[in-house]
Amino acid sequence: MTQRADLLPKQSLTQNKFVQIIVRYGLMVILAFLLFAIILLITGNDPIISYRDLFKATFGSAYGFSEVITGMIPILLTALAVGLPARIGLINVGGEGQLYMGGICATFAALAFQDLPAILLLPLMIILGILGGAFWAFIAAYLRTRGLANETITTLLLNMIAPKIAGLLVFGFWHSPLETNMTPNFVSAARLPTLFNSRVHLGLLFGLVLLAVFWFVMKRTRWGLEMRTIGGNAQAARRNGIPISKYMIIVFCISGGIAGLAGMAQVSGYYGLLIPNFSPGWGYMGFLISWMSFGDPIGILIMSFVVSIILTGGNMLQITIGLPYAVINLLLAFTLFVVLAKPVLPKLRKGKSS
Amino acid sequence: MSLLALLGVLSSMIYSGTSLLYATIGEVVGQRAGIVNLGVEGVLLISAATGYGVTVTTGNPFIGVLAAILAGGLINLLFGFLVISRKANQLASGLAVMFFGVGLSALIGKPFVGQKINSLPRYMLPGLDDLPLRISSLFRFDLLIYLVIPITILVWWLLFRTKWGLGLRAVGENAETAFASGRNPNLVKFQALFVGGLLTGLGAAHLTLAFTMNWAEYMTGGRGFIAIALVIFAKWHPIRAIVGVLLFSGAVAFQLLLQVSGVRISPFILDMVPFILTLVVLVIWGGSSKHAAPATLGRVYQGTE
Repeated sequence: MTQRADLLPKQSLTQNKFVQIIVRYGLMVILAFLLFAIILLITGNDPIISYRDLFKATFGSAYGFSEVITGMIPILLTALAVGLPARIGLINVGGEGQLYMGGICATFAALAFQDLPAILLLPLMIILGILGGAFWAFIAAYLRTRGLANETITTLLLNMIAPKIAGLLVFGFWHSPLETNMTPNFVSAARLPTLFNSRVHLGLLFGLVLLAVFWFVMKRTRWGLEMRTIGGNAQAARRNGIPISKYMIIVFCISGGIAGLAGMAQVSGYYGLLIPNFSPGWGYMGFLISWMSFGDPIGILIMSFVVSIILTGGNMLQITIGLPYAVINLLLAFTLFVVLAKPVLPKLRKGKSS
Repeated sequence: MSLLALLGVLSSMIYSGTSLLYATIGEVVGQRAGIVNLGVEGVLLISAATGYGVTVTTGNPFIGVLAAILAGGLINLLFGFLVISRKANQLASGLAVMFFGVGLSALIGKPFVGQKINSLPRYMLPGLDDLPLRISSLFRFDLLIYLVIPITILVWWLLFRTKWGLGLRAVGENAETAFASGRNPNLVKFQALFVGGLLTGLGAAHLTLAFTMNWAEYMTGGRGFIAIALVIFAKWHPIRAIVGVLLFSGAVAFQLLLQVSGVRISPFILDMVPFILTLVVLVIWGGSSKHAAPATLGRVYQGTE
């Protein structure tokens, strides 16, 4: 019955839903900005001028806008790495660790095979980055399918180990002769090409393509159907002969690989070297973005854009009104709180939460 | 390596471990009621900044401790509003609280960066008066250190030997059943979170008012996440949390010892050990229900009709 209702008015339903989502999220983001305006007022700043600066910094110039897009890349990928396994009921809090492992493995390739031409070196870095993240996810997936440990806990623990591996390798072996806390700059063959004469790198393309693939697989293939079945009712899926364990391991490894790719893209495209704490929490931000958009591909795209505006604009706030950069986390948190608290807004659909 | 160095390491182990133990038992209380708070880091930061700010303003560290405790409780109530009243996802809400904490604490603490405080007074461990000053000065501890073990035992007693604790654990195992036996699961969860927040606030107070004695942005450096790992390591038990904290600060202390004695080993390897050990311990217990987490940990209680 439910399936039928889903099939009949498909076209109008999706259009309505889309408008509804935009309106709903728009209102929520405005609410969050209003809350943050109170903070600005308390600290003696004019919210209108601050917000004008924030938007001028992000939308006012081609440079600002390109910075927003650059900032979007890692969180878009890590959000995808959370959204994919969520479809089969697996919770991946480990984007952060997987991202680190991807960055570490890619750096290994960049340092060990400096003499290779870019056409060989970059694919090698990409593959190693994906494998690094996938391996980190595999540990958690294996333990989960064997019934040994819950993937939420293991991914969280693995998150804490990965940055220390980066520290160990950078300080111990890979550091440049001049500075002990970073690797030497990568050779140009190990740098992902940038686009449009800005800092936007090829990682954006990875993100967009993977987003499209994700959408296509979930909506149009048997795999997607089977995955949605597992996520909907694992018992029923098992009785229908869907190999749940196999799906869990493969899906989790793919998602780890995506987060690893994000790490590779950041060290190769953004930094061009490896520093031990190179991620300011991209993995966790990805988790929140994926959660806020219920794992919907368009939602992920929009929310990572919004989060990137907040984070990039925060830099401007620091420069113009002298608040510490960390304060921008408040605006991010308010956005999250508002979405999490599900305020009663007009035409609110019942959220399919948790 | 001298005895003095060894004792110095021991002393620093006690100082760094105290805040961790408070935060860990705070998280134990919440998780026993079925609520995972990934935002401990944020709670610690806000409490620390508040406690520090109040101490600078009033000049009295004890008022600072009180403020830190209260701040911890209040932030946990805010978290409770999201996950209990609004039935939001706990992991996402916890991470949101973490970001909230990083932001708010930077704002609260900004005027106090670099300010000096009257730190918590230290008292000599009784019976050490005869030792030379160089050694005995290492064993002058503040009140929060002396209290940490008694409070841990108190929390154990509250959880396992009182009716309130029984109700709290019942809610964590199965809120529907607890409701059927006449308890109000949501109220119990709020209480657990509030108590947990108070304890976390104590940890933050010790960290900033007795250990580091200054405020810096993101001064907790991942302690909140370590506390969450320790909760798992301790199998959701306050007394076992002591062992976990000893192990963790032991690894840090061991690292210092090696540095003192000139052995060159990367500190990062030792930093990893507690997490790897937690992972191993988790796998060894794996699957056996005896060591499992509270049964409805992380799940949203939808209310019983």
